[in-house]
Amino acid sequence: MSIAFPQDSVGLVTPQVLHFAEPLALACGRSLADYQLIFETYGELNATASNAVLICHALSGHHHAAGYHSVDDRKPGWWDSCIGPGKPIDTHKFFVVSLNNLGGCNGSTGPSSLNPATGKPFGADFPVMTVEDWVHSQARLADSLGIRQWAAVVGGSLGGMQAMQWTISYPERVRHCLAIASAPKLSAQNIAFNEVARQAILTDPQFHGGHFQEQGVIPKRGLMLARMVGHITYLSDDAMGEKFGRGLKSEKLNYDFHSVEFQVESYLRYQGEEFSTRFDANTYLLMTKALDYFDPAANHEGDLAKTLAGVSADFCVMSFTTDWRFSPLRSREIVDALTAARKNVCYLEIDAPQGHDAFLIPIPRYLQAFDSYMKRIKV
Amino acid sequence: MRADLEIIQEWIPAGSRVLDLGCGNGELLAWLTEHKQVSGYGLEIDADNIAQCVSKSVNVIEQNLDKGLNNFASGSFDVVVMTQSLQALHYPDRVLAEMLRVGKTCIITFPNFAHWRCRWYLTSKGRMPVSDFLPYTWFNTPNIHFCTFEDFENLCHDQGAKIKDRLAVDRDHRHGWASRIWPNLLGEIGIYRISGATPLGAHASR
Repeated sequence: MSIAFPQDSVGLVTPQVLHFAEPLALACGRSLADYQLIFETYGELNATASNAVLICHALSGHHHAAGYHSVDDRKPGWWDSCIGPGKPIDTHKFFVVSLNNLGGCNGSTGPSSLNPATGKPFGADFPVMTVEDWVHSQARLADSLGIRQWAAVVGGSLGGMQAMQWTISYPERVRHCLAIASAPKLSAQNIAFNEVARQAILTDPQFHGGHFQEQGVIPKRGLMLARMVGHITYLSDDAMGEKFGRGLKSEKLNYDFHSVEFQVESYLRYQGEEFSTRFDANTYLLMTKALDYFDPAANHEGDLAKTLAGVSADFCVMSFTTDWRFSPLRSREIVDALTAARKNVCYLEIDAPQGHDAFLIPIPRYLQAFDSYMKRIKV
Repeated sequence: MRADLEIIQEWIPAGSRVLDLGCGNGELLAWLTEHKQVSGYGLEIDADNIAQCVSKSVNVIEQNLDKGLNNFASGSFDVVVMTQSLQALHYPDRVLAEMLRVGKTCIITFPNFAHWRCRWYLTSKGRMPVSDFLPYTWFNTPNIHFCTFEDFENLCHDQGAKIKDRLAVDRDHRHGWASRIWPNLLGEIGIYRISGATPLGAHASR
């Protein structure tokens, strides 16, 4: 069956689910009594469990990072360009673990799961998660899989924040941290974009205070708007110009407000529409809050170098020149703190026109550097 | 190892913290890490060089020297090295000042434009010198700020830097009698060890 898949694909994969009965205390002061995590693994864990790599996903990501769920799948997992035999995260060498975070909507316990206390979906009652909370839950997953120390924790964007948090929360459990297109905290502009997205969802009449599931509806319009705003910030001006320019759907202007006239309008509506049918509005709110709250240096008077003083992992930080949502300057803040703290770090600023989305795209220089770094990791 | 790096490594004490400006493929830092337990970083802008550094486990940071070193604290490195890059910088004076600020000692190598071959080429042909060692023509050369030993030493003086060592060598990095007698005419490459005039403590208290 696997013959149908490309040679450098991990092929057919099946997600696994683990239940955790021990309560997880959360940053918000509440705790999750009982929860489940859905995850996939690629490659084989070696005898000493020294070859494990954790993949942390970004805002709308999930556990399905590589391979296919069925022979009919049109597309592989979201980071298939980087995970597989012979790819940067080489599954001949590494045992890769990729999960859906708590609060997600792809199989791990989240707002759309049933609240055992009420027998109804959590909805808005699901606790707000932080990057730290996720890292603690991921540590429990590692324990269950017999992984004492990760060879590497890898992530882009919000995923990069989790990789960084790992090195701070569990310094002895991470040998390498790859933080790609990430930031040590969000800027005011970034929080502002998230707030627009949240307001779009919160003010949708179908949101019902976050309990829309019980009403049998979804705040489709709000989610769609949230995604449209987000999507604009993931692309660069150049990338949009290149892809759509001022191209029109039909030959003439309609002089009205409801027609889809420009190609870019059509694209954004399609992206928003598609997203609104597969993503949970409460999860979206929760993910944007986790982004906003992330600021590990806040516990050290804002001094990131001090925050990273106890870190023992080696770092690889990469950014993309046209990424304005998580600009190279933000990555440099991480690098500067690491050099001030005298940590090992490689930093690459990849010339790429694709904006923030570049970290998902197989750009030759990016893949080459990623590959070189992963190759030097001893297992 | 490259011949000039072989000479430089002798000037770098074991266990020191080194910042290598324009670190190339990371050869020097990799060697120093292995043989002299040196730690530190290399700054580089060439993609292929950076990739080679990553493979060698050299701490390489993609950074343009012309934009300064303000991301590094004053006196944060024992040695700041810059080999064969001075002449390719847009602002060599500013970079030199930054090196003196960041490093307790600086090691710099550069080609001497007052070497007799350059002088002869210019005198006899009336054109910008082109050689096997410096093979570029004036319009496509990365080397935009050539200087002579005299020029460099003047700049050091202007910036209050102390020249602690100077070695004038030929293109094969041999340190022969000729370049010792009349370095500015007969030395092809200069290898300098300099340090800032202001003691570190004074920097910190300013």
